[in-house]
Amino acid sequence: MSVEGHENNHDHSHDHDHHDKGNFFTKYVFSLDHKMIAKQYLITGIVMGIVGIVMSLLFRMQIAWPEESFTVFKWLLGDKMAPDGVMKNDAYLALVTMHGTIMVFFVLTAGLSGTFSNLLIPLQIGARDMASGFLNMLSYWLFFISAVLMIISLFVEGGPASSGWTVYPPLSALPKAIPGSGMGMTLWLVSMAIFIASSLMGSLNYVATVINLRTKGMSMTRLPLTVWALFTTAVIGIVSFPVLLSAALLLLFDRSFGTSFFLSDIYLAGEVLHYQGGSPVLYEHLFWFLGHPEVYIVILPAMGITSEIIACNARKPIFGYRAMIASILGIAFLSTIVWGHHMFVSGMNPFLGSVFTFTTLLIAIPSAVKAFNYITTIWSGNIQMNPSMLFCIGFVSTFITGGLTGIILGDSTLDINVHDTYFVIAHFHLVMGISALYGMFAGIYHWFPKMFGRMMNKNLGYIHFWVTAVCAYGVFFPMHFIGLAGLPRRYYSNTAFPLFDEFYDVNVLITVFALVGAAFQLVFLWNFFYSIFYGKKATQNPWRSNSLEWTTPVEHIHGNWPGELPVVYRWPYDYSKPGLPDDFAPQNMPYVEGEEQLHH
Amino acid sequence: MTSLLILAAVVLLGVAVWQLTKIFDLTQVGSHPDDISTEIANEKDNNINGYLTFAFLGFIYIFTIFCLVEYGSFPLMDNPASEHGKEVDNLMWISMGLIFIVQIFTQFLLHYFAFQGRGVKGRKARFFSDNDKLEALWTIIPVITLSGLILYGLFAWNDIMFVDEEEDVLIVEVYAKQFGWDVRYSGTDNTLGKANVRFIEGVNLVGVDMSDPNAADDKMAKELHLPKGKKVVLKFRSQDVLHSAYLPHFRAQMNCVPGMVTQFAFVPTLTTDEMRAKEGIIKKVSNINEIRADRSKELIAKGEEALDPYTFDYLLLCNKICGASHYNMQMKVVVETPEEFNAWLKELPTLKEQVMAEKAANAPAPAVQEVPAVTDSVATEAIAQVVK
Repeated sequence: MSVEGHENNHDHSHDHDHHDKGNFFTKYVFSLDHKMIAKQYLITGIVMGIVGIVMSLLFRMQIAWPEESFTVFKWLLGDKMAPDGVMKNDAYLALVTMHGTIMVFFVLTAGLSGTFSNLLIPLQIGARDMASGFLNMLSYWLFFISAVLMIISLFVEGGPASSGWTVYPPLSALPKAIPGSGMGMTLWLVSMAIFIASSLMGSLNYVATVINLRTKGMSMTRLPLTVWALFTTAVIGIVSFPVLLSAALLLLFDRSFGTSFFLSDIYLAGEVLHYQGGSPVLYEHLFWFLGHPEVYIVILPAMGITSEIIACNARKPIFGYRAMIASILGIAFLSTIVWGHHMFVSGMNPFLGSVFTFTTLLIAIPSAVKAFNYITTIWSGNIQMNPSMLFCIGFVSTFITGGLTGIILGDSTLDINVHDTYFVIAHFHLVMGISALYGMFAGIYHWFPKMFGRMMNKNLGYIHFWVTAVCAYGVFFPMHFIGLAGLPRRYYSNTAFPLFDEFYDVNVLITVFALVGAAFQLVFLWNFFYSIFYGKKATQNPWRSNSLEWTTPVEHIHGNWPGELPVVYRWPYDYSKPGLPDDFAPQNMPYVEGEEQLHH
Repeated sequence: MTSLLILAAVVLLGVAVWQLTKIFDLTQVGSHPDDISTEIANEKDNNINGYLTFAFLGFIYIFTIFCLVEYGSFPLMDNPASEHGKEVDNLMWISMGLIFIVQIFTQFLLHYFAFQGRGVKGRKARFFSDNDKLEALWTIIPVITLSGLILYGLFAWNDIMFVDEEEDVLIVEVYAKQFGWDVRYSGTDNTLGKANVRFIEGVNLVGVDMSDPNAADDKMAKELHLPKGKKVVLKFRSQDVLHSAYLPHFRAQMNCVPGMVTQFAFVPTLTTDEMRAKEGIIKKVSNINEIRADRSKELIAKGEEALDPYTFDYLLLCNKICGASHYNMQMKVVVETPEEFNAWLKELPTLKEQVMAEKAANAPAPAVQEVPAVTDSVATEAIAQVVK
């Protein structure tokens, strides 16, 4: 077993299975290598992202120009969903449902944490690969199957699931209540069950890897914050995803085998259904027991990526490293006991509302600590304005803007009035949608040289960031105002209420921002795919970063390091340390003589 | 016309992206193919993007002001029509004010620091990795502020949600189904008769158990009328899927859940007429009517019917996705003086009378269901049209 193209291939004490000479299938398709699996996750995530974003543009056009005929609707939705190019109301609900499902699970969970957990955990802790390469491959292919099923569900009789991404029963259980609750909904549930299995395999692997395979000297308090964030994300996933699995299975039973877990006393289409004794509120509890931690599953990896990139590009240590770890853990713990704030007006006991208000507002404390620590890290730096850095600054900005309104939504008294309005849409899109996307973009720009051995174009990156930044605010900021005016979400058209006529203009404005912003994602796509093949060849450590992934060779090899595994002597944030000649000190650099041991 | 405009916009964007790729090529001219320094931010990039960061701060501020001026009439923080609404609005104003200040301040720090620290060759960043005092500061400040907000919120929440039914209240049932609302008044005994969907038959739309003595004086209505100044306890039920009864003007909302009864209580403080006379509402209505007049002109030009002018009414909207016509599931709410309310209620027949009359009319034949069996989306659509 030899590693080609590298002179340091002696001393292979580990018994790793090398596939360098494997065929196309073992190398690119059923690869066991974490770096290849990361790329598979990323590209699948990007493809799903395109589908999800195009869906949002379609329903935004319907909101801005209600019941107008568009050729693009005819092309993309077909005669059944958009006869004569006018979107049907069922199609609208199907689009918002699938947009939410795809973006939350397939792009921001699998695409973001799947990509960067796979890429960064082994590389940054100094491991040859994941604890189980096979489980890792299985995890990706289950994810792939679930994505394919979700896409197939778009084309079945009755259309895809249409009861909102939360798929609350009874609407999601009764095909007679909405056509999307037929075959499309069954596929949704099956796809989600497979997705959860995939996510659990991935998460178990990440946790096992971080705990067991850290290289010599890599103590938990020398881990990069990316690894801390990805590790904690995996733990949250393990704790909460099985609960969604149970909810999905019980719902499947209610739909297919006539059980009554979530259904009771229903009269539909002229007849009383047999269901008795179940409760939709139970489903809401089970759903949000995952659903809320899910937003942290989405945002924590972005926070980890941001911590790493801000420190590297500001050429400064991350401020309050231990406080950052504590706040990640605090957020993770609190995230599992706040789900009820999605249910203040669900009819649950108001006493529970009080408890959940209390725990929810507590989560603002670690979040505030993180935001201020980012700002302090940026303060008095020597900031290298790479596109990845701009996306991180954007992350902090939208995280603050979106996070602050959480104080209103988390307060049960105020939530009564803005619950399920556009205020909620504005809040969560800024705080977890856009922020997490920014984290993902930042990660892609930063680790592209590591993934593909080439550089992305800088100027296209700048254009991409600035247009996206303006458009993201342009889309979601005005939504706060129409939400405060009481406009409910998931309305196919606002024309049924003269009360909302005032918001005709603002809806057009939002849609125009959305169209422009989405169009400029083409710049990113071009840059990404062009650079994979024709970008400039990267050097080993282009951003002069401290963490271990930049000590591996540019060309990917199995086992990551050609020789011995690196030994770690310091934490990853010794940037601009006084007394050192360079403004960075890689983790595998021993302390130089006379250097002050300030940290860890 | 619009689609033409969009097509033009797409074409223009396509051209723009094509031009951008030209820039992409140009950036590579003259540099060695292996020289990656062109893809890493240099001092010039730091400078330009530093200024852009600062400009972006300006954009956020200006856009905030623009939104406040254009869309900031804050209908939900103004003119509450219920007693607890004042408390809610008060808390809302405090929270909003706080958020506004923190937003302005932290965005300034973030963008200003990014601008100020833009990279210069040869400069070393400040090595500043820990400061317990600072961290304690921004842990303790949120703790104190949030404690205040939590306490205020919880007191208000308890006042709103815990209802003492011993006091003099009016009990009304609001019943939701795809895609409309029914109202049931509890009559002189102020107690609703038992109900279950299994009793639905003919005019007994909400499935009242007519053998329950409490049901004898129950009355049904299609509009929600409420007396001013009296505590109303709304009891919600749903016939089919989840719905949410959203009464924005009263700062009230509660889900309607099949198989269980939920409730929300409030005291209406302004009659519909009094609300219509409020300055803010007059302004809002005239603004909406201007918009509607403009749209009507366009419609007439296209040969369609003009829009009706808008007059203010309280509304109950469905705020939980419930199917195809979710967007149009609404009911008018009328608040009147107690005298007007009592007179209106007196005129309504009791459900019992209605059921007897129906039985008499249908005596020979068994009662036939009005609702047709829905088997596919076409039928759902048809029902939606009828409801519309």
